[in-house]
Amino acid sequence: MKRQAAALLAGVVFGSGLVVSGMTRPDKVVGFLDVLGDWDSTLGVVMAAALVVFRLLRHIARARSAPVFEARFAEPTRRDFDGRLFAGATLFGLGWGLGGYCPGPALTSILPGGTQALVFSGSMLTGMYVFHLGERRRQRRATVTA
Amino acid sequence: MNAADLVAPLAGGALIGLGAGLLFLLNGRIAGVSGIVGGLFSPKPGEVGWRAAFVGGLLLAGVALPPLLPHAFDNPTNRSYPALIAAGLLVGIGTRLGNGCTSGHGVCGVARLSRRSMAATLTFMAAGGLAATAFGYLMGGTP
Repeated sequence: MKRQAAALLAGVVFGSGLVVSGMTRPDKVVGFLDVLGDWDSTLGVVMAAALVVFRLLRHIARARSAPVFEARFAEPTRRDFDGRLFAGATLFGLGWGLGGYCPGPALTSILPGGTQALVFSGSMLTGMYVFHLGERRRQRRATVTA
Repeated sequence: MNAADLVAPLAGGALIGLGAGLLFLLNGRIAGVSGIVGGLFSPKPGEVGWRAAFVGGLLLAGVALPPLLPHAFDNPTNRSYPALIAAGLLVGIGTRLGNGCTSGHGVCGVARLSRRSMAATLTFMAAGGLAATAFGYLMGGTP
């Protein structure tokens, strides 16, 4: 129960940050990414501020032997570069520049953001589900071959 | 952009970092939104509750703040529905294939100095720049 409450709190704070910073406004995101348009630096400032604060808190957290409600810190350990990383980041970037939403702001906008946010989010969740189905199929095939 | 225009991005960005920091300090988890949601499609024991709670927190922030910030959800880009559907599919598949989005790679990963996250962030920034600039150019400038 404590873990869920902690995640809820983190989600509310995180989501509030997305709203306050202007990241739930696709025109601000597109305004940063469109270098020939009327350039808007907001996205860069937001990411820099978030990065500095997270790095500081991670440093504080890492001084502990374990997180408050879990047995250990679950940080990604992979260091390799693979085609999936670059292909995925490229597809994501193209969709981000086209729609102006990334996953966090899209979900935060589902209820208050009107039809456009709803259409984008529904499509994004569909994409995630399609990927999940594809992965499951791939794994099943791999098990059969092995 | 003058100094007053920096207050909202700085405060909002700090809140994003704080939310991610809380999830890490309390639960030891990285606040990568696409990964958190993606994990809900292949539910594992003990992995559903906190993920759903985090997403619930995002939705809660979305409904709680509009009275204070009435224009926070305006979308003057007016992308067509086909464009939004294509964009959503690209973001959904791309973030899962590339193991992360703006939060997991762009904020948390870069702050952790992860090589993978830095490479992913440079890649999606470049692709995003290309898509937004090309679309803006073809549609006759940023709306």
